Amino acid sequence: MELNAITIGFAIFTILTLGGGIGVVTTRNLFQGTIWLMMSLFGVAGYMVLLSAPFLAAVQILVYIGAIAILITFAVMLTRSVTRIRERYIRTLPSLIAALVLFLILIAGVTLPAFGGQNPDTAPAIVATTTDFGKALVDGSGYVVPFMLASLLLTAAMIGAIFIARDEEA
Amino acid sequence: MIPLWMYLAAAAGLFSIGVFGVLARRNAVAVLMSVELMLNAVNINLIAFWRYSETSGLLSGYAFAAFVLIIAAAEAAVGLAIIISVYRNRRSVIPEEADTLKG
Repeated sequence: MELNAITIGFAIFTILTLGGGIGVVTTRNLFQGTIWLMMSLFGVAGYMVLLSAPFLAAVQILVYIGAIAILITFAVMLTRSVTRIRERYIRTLPSLIAALVLFLILIAGVTLPAFGGQNPDTAPAIVATTTDFGKALVDGSGYVVPFMLASLLLTAAMIGAIFIARDEEA
Repeated sequence: MIPLWMYLAAAAGLFSIGVFGVLARRNAVAVLMSVELMLNAVNINLIAFWRYSETSGLLSGYAFAAFVLIIAAAEAAVGLAIIISVYRNRRSVIPEEADTLKG
C-alpha cells in the first residue's frame, strides 16, 4: 500500500476512533469520557468522508458531536453521584476476556477467506451522491415509508424523554 | 485505495471496545456511551460494505446507516431520560442498584 493522502487520513482516523474508544471505557472522569467520545465520533465521521459519504459525515458531526455528546454532558452533570463511585469496573476480567474473544472472532471472519472469500481491494468508481440519496428519501419506490416512520419515532422519543425525565412534584 | 478488510478490522476493534465498556463499566452513563461506540462501529461497517459493493447505486447501506443514526439519537434521548429518572428516585447511577423489578 503506497503512502498517499488517503492512507495517511485512514491512519489518523483509526488512531482517533480507537484511541477515543479506549479513552471512553478507561477514563475515571466522565467529563473527560465525553471528550474522548467526541474524538472517537469525529474519527468515524472521517471514515465516512473517506468512504465518499460526505452527507453522512456532516450528519454524524451535527447529530453525534453536536447533540448526543452535549446531551451526555448534561446527564453527567445532572447525575453527579452523592456517593461517588469508587471503582470504575465490575466483572473486569470476564468482560475483558469476552471482548477479546469477540475481537479475535471478528478479525478472523474479516481477514480469513473462509467466509465467502470475496475481499475487494478497490471500490467501484461510480458512486451515488447526496442528490441521489435525497431523491431516494422521497421516492415512492425508495425510502419514503422508513423516512416517515423515522420522523414518527423521533417525535415519540422526544415526548417519551420529556415524560420520563419530568419532575413529578413540579 | 484502502482495502475493505481494514475498515472492517477498525470497526471490529471499536465494537469490541464498546462491548467491554457495556459489560464492565459501573456508571450507567458510561454504559450508554459504550453503546454509542458500538452503534458507530456498525455504521462504519454498513457504509464500507455499501461503498465496496458492485450495486452501490442502490443506496441501501447508505440509507440503513442514516436510519441507524436516527435510532441512535432516539435511543440516547430516552436512555438518558431513564438514567436521570432512576437517579432522582434512587440517588444512584449504578445499573445493578435499579432492581425494583427483581423477583
